[in-house]
Amino acid sequence: MDTDQLIRTLAADNAHRARPVGFALMLALLAAAPVSLLMFFAELGVRPDVMVAMRNPFFDLKFAVTLALAISAIAVSLHLSRPEASLRGFGWLLLAPVGILTAGIGGEMMMPQRLPMMTRLVGKNSWVCLTAILLLSLPILAGALLGLRHGAPSRPALAGAIAGLLSAGLAATLYASHCTDDSPLFVATWYTIATALVAAIGALAGAKLLKY
Amino acid sequence: MRERDDEWTGLMRSAIAGDSSAYHRLLKAVTPVLRAAARRGLARAGQPVDQSEDIVQDILLAVHLKRHTWDVTAPFAPWLFAIARNKLIDALRRRGRRIFVDIDDFAETLPGEAPAETASPGEVAAQLQTLPARQRDVLQSIAVDSASIKDTAAKFSMSEGAVRVALHRGLTSLTAKLREN
Repeated sequence: MDTDQLIRTLAADNAHRARPVGFALMLALLAAAPVSLLMFFAELGVRPDVMVAMRNPFFDLKFAVTLALAISAIAVSLHLSRPEASLRGFGWLLLAPVGILTAGIGGEMMMPQRLPMMTRLVGKNSWVCLTAILLLSLPILAGALLGLRHGAPSRPALAGAIAGLLSAGLAATLYASHCTDDSPLFVATWYTIATALVAAIGALAGAKLLKY
Repeated sequence: MRERDDEWTGLMRSAIAGDSSAYHRLLKAVTPVLRAAARRGLARAGQPVDQSEDIVQDILLAVHLKRHTWDVTAPFAPWLFAIARNKLIDALRRRGRRIFVDIDDFAETLPGEAPAETASPGEVAAQLQTLPARQRDVLQSIAVDSASIKDTAAKFSMSEGAVRVALHRGLTSLTAKLREN
């Protein structure tokens, strides 16, 4: 087939309309979410004292951090799905969860504490926290990558890493409702390690799957 | 350069709005620019320039299948060159050389001359043979025999809708096969 023939064929297919990447990503996340939800309720579940915990601002802060991560990563993912896009001008969005968390740590420092800092940092659930966030985010990551394949990122590994952040943010939102460690120091340590692992998996998978 | 870019953007907007002939004209207009850049990239990597047509076709397929990522309010040329650059680097890498491709390679290019009579059938033509029969028949009818969708539907006693589906699936799997190799 010579190039003129190919062009004629492409022009004949002009009527075909693809959905925007945001739509594909939303569908894929909606399909993946029940898998993670099922895993969460089968193995972990919401902590029993959740009604009391909601009155603790540090419990609520966890959701502010994880949702800020998920939402900013979704925005950056969609931006990066365009071939001419780079992180420039958009990357700062990802600082939102970091800022919220830093403010939380500062706030906690100023309050009288019953527990020493290291005890709060190490917590009681660090291992569960790591594995739970990691495992809960895998179905979401698979969905996110599938949806983002619809796009055309110029740096597939970077786009995959951001998809990892997005998945970790959503998975951590679930996990936060189970975890009884509410100290921002605990979140800053263990949630961050788990998120970094998921981002690394996302980068490796994205380098293969998001190439167009 | 500015005029050319505005013309391309206008054509692409019409194409997205459903004007197939504007789309045809746009693809025709960008091809010589893509060809010249592909040749220069190959030459600089020490590769035979007669492979440029494979790269051009690869870029055109990507442009077609990813055109929903173009923002209709943005200029078309930067989007096009980003895809072209990505595909050219990819092609050179697969041929075993890492090379830096400058975006200006595309922007400041004079149209290259058409290639000499294509001796080799090319990668797209080779992969075409591996498609399911129905997709291959439809693609060949439209590409080689320059039949319309309507004529193709009549020829194979298919509905026009089925021809459209086979055409799009054929182009999608063609692109997937090119990526695998």
